[in-house]
Amino acid sequence: MSYRRNFDVELAELKQDILRMASLVEQSIYKAMEALLKQDPLMAKDVITGDDVVDRLRYEVESNCIRLIATQQPIARDLRVIVTGIKILINLERMGDHAVDIARAAMCVCGRMPAKALEKIPEMARRVQLMVKEGLDAYVHGDVEKARVMCAMDDEVDEIYNLTFQSLISYMEQNPHSIPCVVYLLLVTRYLERLADRATNIGEDVIYLVTGEWQELN
Amino acid sequence: MDNKNKITVKDLNLYYGDHQALSNVALEIQEHQITALIGPSGCGKSTFLRTLNRMNDLIEGVRVEGQVLLDGKDIYGPDVDVVQLRKRVGMVFQRPNPFPMSVYDNVAYGPRIHGLKNKRRLDEIVEASLRAAALWDEVGDRLFRSALGLSGGQQQRLCIARLLAVEPEVVLMDEPTSALDPISTLRIEELLQELKNKYTIVIVTHNMQQAARVSDVTAFFLNGEIVEVGKTDQLFTKPRDKRTEDYITGRFG
Ligand SMILES: Nc1ncnc2c1ncn2[C@@H]1O[C@H](COP(=O)(O)OP(=O)(O)OP(=O)(O)O)[C@@H](O)[C@H]1O
Ligand SMILES: [Mg+2]
Repeated sequence: MSYRRNFDVELAELKQDILRMASLVEQSIYKAMEALLKQDPLMAKDVITGDDVVDRLRYEVESNCIRLIATQQPIARDLRVIVTGIKILINLERMGDHAVDIARAAMCVCGRMPAKALEKIPEMARRVQLMVKEGLDAYVHGDVEKARVMCAMDDEVDEIYNLTFQSLISYMEQNPHSIPCVVYLLLVTRYLERLADRATNIGEDVIYLVTGEWQELN
Repeated sequence: MDNKNKITVKDLNLYYGDHQALSNVALEIQEHQITALIGPSGCGKSTFLRTLNRMNDLIEGVRVEGQVLLDGKDIYGPDVDVVQLRKRVGMVFQRPNPFPMSVYDNVAYGPRIHGLKNKRRLDEIVEASLRAAALWDEVGDRLFRSALGLSGGQQQRLCIARLLAVEPEVVLMDEPTSALDPISTLRIEELLQELKNKYTIVIVTHNMQQAARVSDVTAFFLNGEIVEVGKTDQLFTKPRDKRTEDYITGRFG
């Protein structure tokens, strides 16, 4: 039996808060990619304004973590729950920023995007979104194996990133008039690649949370 | 942690009559380290601490099996001088217990018992011990007043000074700060950090944060057994045993 029921409730709430924030960020990424692929400036705008909520949540939940450290003096697993909570919050907040970056790029290319230049970008986005989802599932279930498998997917994303980067450069060489637009696609691939790295960070945090060991997986 | 072992405990069992209070306890206590003993009430921490300088000999009906090696020599061996042993391995108790005499006489008590009469030498020892116990600045000008007039925190440091005056090698402390306010507690904790350069310290504490703050090694006792021993920073961030985790995080039934 636990003598820290209130604390247990607070830790459970922390996890819920993180998941709430995570689902907002997942939606932002999804919408930002939709905005790009469907050339939908309104949706892009939605992502940009929606980021305020994510930022606010981050500070709220982070303050809460600091309060828990000060008042509960957590150790062992409790400490890991809170420390990884803070790290995941920061990662999620940055992921939200990348979604905004993608949405901004989508607005810049609206109405003039050469569909042929897209190449593997939609596939890259799907993989990144899958990584984010798997990372969060691993967090929900404390699933180390899932976290590892997810982190391994980062290599594929990096590979697609390199290929796409090259082919976008060739595309620009052959279609110089498209450069002002395709440059934004180049940026999008970069943001996607960063998103995958952030997902990997979350995977590492999950492994630390469960095992107490740090593993560098990217 | 490549210090040498000051005390090695092997296969230790202790019985109060029929009641077995310690079972197969094994522990290596390293020189110039602070070892913390933690565990729920009644798990045998004080009993164990007392086995390290044979304080249990004073209790009726106690039977001890196994070995406690101090610098490799069994303190339960036949030719051990217990008075000499307790000089080498001294103890500080939960409640400060100064003798009803002056501050000076409290500290000089041990050296006098061991035959020291030289006034100047005694003065030196008293001052050095009070300084080492971080008490000199507070009592240097009232050495000949009763020790009972000191505050609880000062009395506890006086008891530490009294112990240091006989130049022990190992200092055993049984919840030395549980009767003290937070500032006196921190003073004693600071003091421990200084003392460990010269002594080997074993401290029983119910305060997890204290164990985490002051010790190098922590041993977790449960029902008369050691469940887990490890470096303190490891034990408090990543305990190996579920029971340790449950205890230190307060989820213990
Ligand atoms: N003098 C004694 N005679 C008989 N039994 C004793 C004696 N001292 C302790 N015990 C028993 O031995 C067990 C261990 O007691 P001990 O005092 O060592 O526990 P502890 O871990 O120091 O507890 P606490 O944290 O409450 O001080 C307990 O079951 C206790 O009842
Ligand atoms: Mg006790």
